[in-house]
Amino acid sequence: MLTNYIKIAWKVLLRHPFYTFITLFGISLTLTVLMVLTSFLDHLFGSHYPETKRDRSLYIMQMRTQDSTRTGSSSGPMSFKFLTEYAKSLKTAERVTICTFVNSSNAYVGSQKIKLNTKYTDADFWEVAEFEFLEGKPYNEQNIANSDQVVVITDDFKKHYFGKTEASVIGKDVEIENLHYRVIGVVKGSPVTRPFTYADVYYPYTTPKSNYQRTGMRGGYVAILLAKKKSDLKAVQDEFQNNIRRIPLPGVEDGYKFAYVEVKSEPYVENFTGTLLNGNKGIKTIFFGVIAFILFMLMGLPAINLVNVNVSRIMERASEIGIRKAFGAPVRTLMWQFIIENIFITFIGGGIALILTLVIIQLINSSGMIAYADLTINVNVFLVSLLVCLVFGLLSGVLPALRMSKLKIAEALKS
Amino acid sequence: MINLTNIEKVYRTSSIETLALNNINLNIRKGEFVSIMGPSGCGKSTLLNIMGLLDEPSKGTVELDGQRVSTYRDKELARLRNEKIGFIFQSFHLINDLSVVDNVEIPLLYRSTNGKPRQTYAKEALEKVGLSNRIKHFPKQLSGGQKQRVAIARAIVGQPEIILADEPTGNLDSAMGNEIMNILQTLNNEGATIIMVTHDENMAKRTHRLIRLFDGTQVQ
Repeated sequence: MLTNYIKIAWKVLLRHPFYTFITLFGISLTLTVLMVLTSFLDHLFGSHYPETKRDRSLYIMQMRTQDSTRTGSSSGPMSFKFLTEYAKSLKTAERVTICTFVNSSNAYVGSQKIKLNTKYTDADFWEVAEFEFLEGKPYNEQNIANSDQVVVITDDFKKHYFGKTEASVIGKDVEIENLHYRVIGVVKGSPVTRPFTYADVYYPYTTPKSNYQRTGMRGGYVAILLAKKKSDLKAVQDEFQNNIRRIPLPGVEDGYKFAYVEVKSEPYVENFTGTLLNGNKGIKTIFFGVIAFILFMLMGLPAINLVNVNVSRIMERASEIGIRKAFGAPVRTLMWQFIIENIFITFIGGGIALILTLVIIQLINSSGMIAYADLTINVNVFLVSLLVCLVFGLLSGVLPALRMSKLKIAEALKS
Repeated sequence: MINLTNIEKVYRTSSIETLALNNINLNIRKGEFVSIMGPSGCGKSTLLNIMGLLDEPSKGTVELDGQRVSTYRDKELARLRNEKIGFIFQSFHLINDLSVVDNVEIPLLYRSTNGKPRQTYAKEALEKVGLSNRIKHFPKQLSGGQKQRVAIARAIVGQPEIILADEPTGNLDSAMGNEIMNILQTLNNEGATIIMVTHDENMAKRTHRLIRLFDGTQVQ
């Protein structure tokens, strides 16, 4: 039965090449956009290099203080001291890393200026994030305790600073902002879209200009809490919140009197969207509403268009419908035939879209638009794409099938 | 086998009402070969459609093997059409996108017959109409007579008790028409009940009984 349906679907496709081209073009373009989008979202939020443990990580990105009337608020990253006291001390976490977000710096090779992004981290950073060391090793607690002026650099920075050399640069000197550092390791860089781990140069937090000794709660540091297992995330979160509740209130920070403190440890996606939307539920609803609307337009409009094309195609096949009904096909079976045919066509479009997506992803990855971009079609992306194909096929197949089911046999046979 | 009582069929549009069949009472017995004749537009095909459960009468009852089918739902009607009735149409109504053997298999698709036996039955049916050498061909590659033989193979593949033929020789020359008629007679001799709409008196003479319609009314 299925073979018969697919045979027919294939023949119908071949019958009107231009129609088919338009249909497949519409389907594959829509699905390509969706697949690239899914791949990009996966790139942003999935567990990828070097944040491969994201599924059991909690991110602390900022603290928010409010005055007693909650009319004024101040937010931003925290001090190293604050995170050491309230996050580093967590017993439920397997490991906690404290690091800065990226800071801009300049380095010079001869007269050529290299713009670079730097990051101060603790030694646990290299355990929480799983960087691939191409040369050397990460700095450790000893380097930090000794305030060693060492750095870990990325392969990209190595290329810019030392030129295209295959030779090891471990032990070599780099000068950044008039300070000299010894290269201790070279890693494959993290994409710019992963701000917790992205940088060109990584310093131990005890090197100069890190401001790690700053007192008070606010500073330039963020943290990643790594749970032992995914199911421990709630316990880690609870323990952290208990710690936060210990902060004496009201307090004063840089002259600002606050009565409330909010510091959240959240999985990456929530942390990202929460920060983006500043935790405002109304804005969040609008944001996700807009995303849903865009997705609906992306899928809905082409689906409606496909419904239109399918209805006219099905009516063209009225005689076949009449024949099948005359020889005993119940309406439901015929409806399934048309839905399956439609899904088959959608999957052909999906196949084309998959190839197009691979090409586009390859172009994005190699274009350098996003440094170290590693967009992929992994199992998740593929499964989402498959689901999208299925939904798309169903969306655009059901209505024409319903329309067809209303055809009277005698009338269908006359056409 | 087929019993029609007080059948009336009215076609309605927003402004016109057309009486296609009026007070038709008919009883077709098992094993009969009946022809229906009459001028164009007298309701022959409508009557055949009602007997074949392809259309519903506006009034009256249709009984098939003693069962009143007016209350049957789509699924039950589909099953009856599939198991008891085979159709042959004047314009063949083959699916051009399917090969000869795939076309013949269609009734068996809706009986959940497995692929292998389905193909065997289809080949046997094609052999019966003398087309076993054309199974991989497509309808467009066949002559009119060959197409009608494929249509007959499709009608008989499920071994239905009733074959309804709507002007099966209408689109064929007389030699080919005779050939088709011979096949139908053979099927009737083997036990099939055949009801055939025709314009051709000579063909009608070869059947057991002739029913004449005029303006939707049975006149003979």
